[in-house]
Amino acid sequence: MASGGRPERQAPPEFFYNEDEAKKYSSNTRMIEIQSHLSERALEILKLPDQPCFVLDIGCGSGLSGESITEQGHYWVGMDISSHMLDVAVDREVEGDLILGDMGYGIPFKPGTFDGVISISALQWLCNADKKYHHPPKRLLKFFTSLYAAVARGGKAVFQFYPENSSQLELITQQAMKAGWTGGLVVDYPNSTKAKKMFLCLFAGGQPQQLPKGLGEEQSSSSHVSFTDKRERMKNMRGKNPKTNKDWILSKKERRRRQGKEVRADSKYTGRKRKDKF
Amino acid sequence: MKLLTHNFLTSNIIKGVKNGYPLSILPGKVEMKEVDFNPEFITRMLPKIEWSALQKAAKECGFEEGLPDTVGEEQLGDTDLLKRVHKALLEIEVVEGKLVCPESGREFPINNGIPNMLLNEDEV
Ligand SMILES: C[S@@+](CC[C@H](N)C(=O)[O-])C[C@H]1O[C@@H](n2cnc3c(N)ncnc32)[C@H](O)[C@@H]1O
Repeated sequence: MASGGRPERQAPPEFFYNEDEAKKYSSNTRMIEIQSHLSERALEILKLPDQPCFVLDIGCGSGLSGESITEQGHYWVGMDISSHMLDVAVDREVEGDLILGDMGYGIPFKPGTFDGVISISALQWLCNADKKYHHPPKRLLKFFTSLYAAVARGGKAVFQFYPENSSQLELITQQAMKAGWTGGLVVDYPNSTKAKKMFLCLFAGGQPQQLPKGLGEEQSSSSHVSFTDKRERMKNMRGKNPKTNKDWILSKKERRRRQGKEVRADSKYTGRKRKDKF
Repeated sequence: MKLLTHNFLTSNIIKGVKNGYPLSILPGKVEMKEVDFNPEFITRMLPKIEWSALQKAAKECGFEEGLPDTVGEEQLGDTDLLKRVHKALLEIEVVEGKLVCPESGREFPINNGIPNMLLNEDEV
């Protein structure tokens, strides 16, 4: 992503995920770490039964997300539109089986095949019209309808994804519900622009289930809709120099902790004026 | 592609195709790949397997593993049987070849072990 911005705006996925981009998914340790982390969290939300299950990984890429599935003792099939990404997965000798396919064309599996589904950082691609005849709402509906059929009743699907804006988010959830899924969003670290992560958590029939809580969420509900709170806070601070104010530092640290960042523990030295040095 | 995947794969995403199952296998290169035997997984999959499709697929790949027509309750503890099913489902790998849709005759190439299920504009 040298030119910055959203990859979905640069080229269709089968071109964006070319050989060079695919290589990053087996060599860039930071990227590997991030994708593995997201996959583990998605699996935690998916909560498969404590038996070896059969799982579908949509937009499996080089198999980073799949490796997390293997680590938990489950079997998986991965589907991706980029042959370069899948070739990297073969080179990395992942345990899962791989299919080259476009999720917007539908999921080519028999009814009730999978116990669960995960998809990491891929779903937003379906909001793009990459070909003249692509119609995103139709592709999304086809995708969610065929996926619903391919999952066993009572099964779940968890998508970590990056919606570009609220109308994309709305379109995605709307089409999922139209296809028969229930469920909703789980948002981790909602207060942080960087650490914030969205998981669409869908249920295919079965007992009504409760959505798990997002991480760092308890605090978020209290700091929710906080325009007035903020004004109050600013008012209280007026007249002091916030930069040297211990309370300000403590509240900033608290905020960063809520955002899931590493923050040093508070101590009696926190926010104390340093001795001037020459 | 493993026969486990094949046992659930259909071409019914093609416009006009109803079941698209089972896909015929025209093997080019088939390999055996050793996979750890996990009786719990195989046992869980038994009721979901389409046995006639598995028998046909194994045959197409050149294996006659003595696969059952059906599996009843009394066979669930039969380790020998589970091992044969394990081998057919997880160890046979179609590396190169083709899948053929039973309804439309449409061919899907398999390269580097990966079936290409992408469709053309007029098939969606
Ligand atoms: C950011 S990568 C993530 C890969 C993998 N899930 C991981 O966590 O490492 C997104 C993947 O989605 C795939 N993708 C995008 N659009 C797709 C589509 N329409 N059908 C299938 N896969 C798609 C891309 O090819 C790419 O491999």
